[in-house]
Amino acid sequence: MDFEPTGIQGELAEGIRRLLAGAFPLDQLRTRENQEKVIDRDGWTQLAEAGVFSLCLAEEAGGVGLGLAEATLVFEELGRSLVPGPLVATHLAAGLVDGAEDGSVVVGMVERPSGPSANVLPVFIEHLADLDVLLVLSDRGIEQLDPATLSARPSRRPMDPLTPVWSVSSLPEGEPVAGPEIVAWWRRDGRVLTAALQVGLAAWLTDLSVAYAKERQQFGRPIGSFQAVKHLCADMTTRVELARVGVQAAGVTIDQPDVGAPDVVAAGAKIVADEAAITNGRSAIQVHGGMGFTWEVPVHLAYKRARLHATQFGTADRLAEMIADALADGLGGPTDVG
Amino acid sequence: MDLRYTEAEQAFRADLRRWLAATIPTLPEKPAPTDWPGRRAYDTNWQRLLFDAGYAGVDWPVEGGGRGASPVEELIFKEELERAHAPYVGVNFVGLLHAGPTIITEGTPEQRQQYLPAILRGDNVWCQGFSEPNAGSDLASMRTRAVRDGDEYVINGSKIWTSHAEVADYCELLVRTGPEDSRHRGITWLILPMDTPGVEIRPLATMAGSTEFAELFLTDVRVPVANRVGEENDGWRVTMVTLSFERGTAFVGDLLEAFELLASSVALARRTGAWSDPGVRRQAGHLRAELDALYAMTRRTVSQAARTGVPGTGGTYFKLAYPDVRNKLGEFSLSLLGRASLGADDLDGLDGLGSLPSEEMVEDWLRGISLTIAAGTSQIQRNIVGERFLGLPREPSASSGKSA
Repeated sequence: MDFEPTGIQGELAEGIRRLLAGAFPLDQLRTRENQEKVIDRDGWTQLAEAGVFSLCLAEEAGGVGLGLAEATLVFEELGRSLVPGPLVATHLAAGLVDGAEDGSVVVGMVERPSGPSANVLPVFIEHLADLDVLLVLSDRGIEQLDPATLSARPSRRPMDPLTPVWSVSSLPEGEPVAGPEIVAWWRRDGRVLTAALQVGLAAWLTDLSVAYAKERQQFGRPIGSFQAVKHLCADMTTRVELARVGVQAAGVTIDQPDVGAPDVVAAGAKIVADEAAITNGRSAIQVHGGMGFTWEVPVHLAYKRARLHATQFGTADRLAEMIADALADGLGGPTDVG
Repeated sequence: MDLRYTEAEQAFRADLRRWLAATIPTLPEKPAPTDWPGRRAYDTNWQRLLFDAGYAGVDWPVEGGGRGASPVEELIFKEELERAHAPYVGVNFVGLLHAGPTIITEGTPEQRQQYLPAILRGDNVWCQGFSEPNAGSDLASMRTRAVRDGDEYVINGSKIWTSHAEVADYCELLVRTGPEDSRHRGITWLILPMDTPGVEIRPLATMAGSTEFAELFLTDVRVPVANRVGEENDGWRVTMVTLSFERGTAFVGDLLEAFELLASSVALARRTGAWSDPGVRRQAGHLRAELDALYAMTRRTVSQAARTGVPGTGGTYFKLAYPDVRNKLGEFSLSLLGRASLGADDLDGLDGLGSLPSEEMVEDWLRGISLTIAAGTSQIQRNIVGERFLGLPREPSASSGKSA
């Protein structure tokens, strides 16, 4: 057992971080706030060339052939850099939708609502104007829709300024492209990758807060010298560390299924990562004080993005109930496997 | 990142599992929690069995008489002991986890020869005299004084939280040898034989009703200079070297117990019908998610120790995150018991009602309360994370007018 990232895994994360710093600087991203289209196709192609979408696709299918463990490292960096767009959906669609893997086709994804709320709440779709393909997931399988044929209403005030959304009262039937077993697999991997984005956001929020706490002076000294502020920062970084290892362990467990219960750790990783990103968002605003509540300081972008991710691939409460079902079925502890 | 065990690691686990399966059923009955001579006999017997099987000091280096196991083997060792419900390290805690490693690193050849084999065999029990009534989180302000008189130190002062003092043979004792305000620069590490005249022990019961703690009162206690480990006034550093033995496994047994407690809580909720409440199921699922993340953190820290040979930062993050999860779990199990938590007895056979895990759950809830205080409060841990890991400036110190 050696749960440390290998040298190659470390270089992969480092490489993607360098690429993102050059290709997706924050001040450029911010010029697209509240636009209907936020995806820069050149940037999207660069992500594809770096392997973001084809990372887990087998080499014989034209992919990089790495595991979900490696993908968690890459997606943490994407989260940290606030890269907008349906990153997880396009990554999952590589191998099913032609062009997803090379960045020429942007694939969006939405869950078909079920249960009583389907008659009350509209369906919200992210990035519709940027999409080439929309996939609809349900317990029955995956359907493909042409985004251009949907008559959906754009939101004038998307919660996340870099994630435009559209609403429809219901989704039409699409062309079936995959069965229920693929849905289960995508939901599980989608949870882990979205959780990795959350870890990146939680880490970036910590970095912003620590830097501000060192620099901002009140009562004649940096506010980070006061325990009231220092302890907020300590709790933020602790949440990041815990969520990060949880997400990476989920990635490894999906790659090496005999070491644990992949569905359970995938759900658990998203619960812990959602909590880290959202709570760190609130703490980061608090550390920044009044400036944290302004549009100008970018903390709100990460907080809102975290809140968006919390609605994707299962909410924490829904995932907790899934784990509870496994517990009721006699799920063992960590020493009952391996 | 690989969570699979190597063939050698699997063989280590299989051998240990076989030995535990054969040995645990032969153990004598557990003594009552307050029967300290009985508990000493029980724990030291267990240590002797480990010694005879080659598992004593599994994590100690070979030159100290230990097995020299890798950090991963140490993790497997603790996992298997917990899985087999083997005895806890008990009264051997300070000897095996603190005094022993300190003497291995800082002791003279004579001291190593005299004390280490006796710890490994379970012949000698050690206790710890570090904290004082007025030196808790601020340990460096300790005042128990040792004055040199020929070949002896004469010691006066008092110590607190000295676990198992009543049944200990030796105490690892920190004393002030420098000037009163010398803080960490004027402390010396001594070996105090507990039968020395002038050592008075007062037991200190905890709110959990347990009695392992004691206060020590030291009046003109004479300890030979030969019992000093390390140089005079260098005791702070001597104490800290033990930290390098920490490889992220300190809470493995505790954490695995938490998984079991969650499983008993789920079983109880299903019996009482509380499981039909989505709020109860969600709490259980959240707790499991957090426990799994904590286990991943343990594996990460152990892997780092295996790679680099030094403890990483993971132990501190764990120490900060774990108590909150454990306390939530304690509250969860107590709420499932409802009014059956009012008596900490395992009720069985009461007019045909099934047995209830009240004792386990109430005890656990009470013990969990100490986790945010013992071995460095959560507030001190947050200072460490903030100042050492994040590089935030130190808290202004009121007493000295400058940063502490």
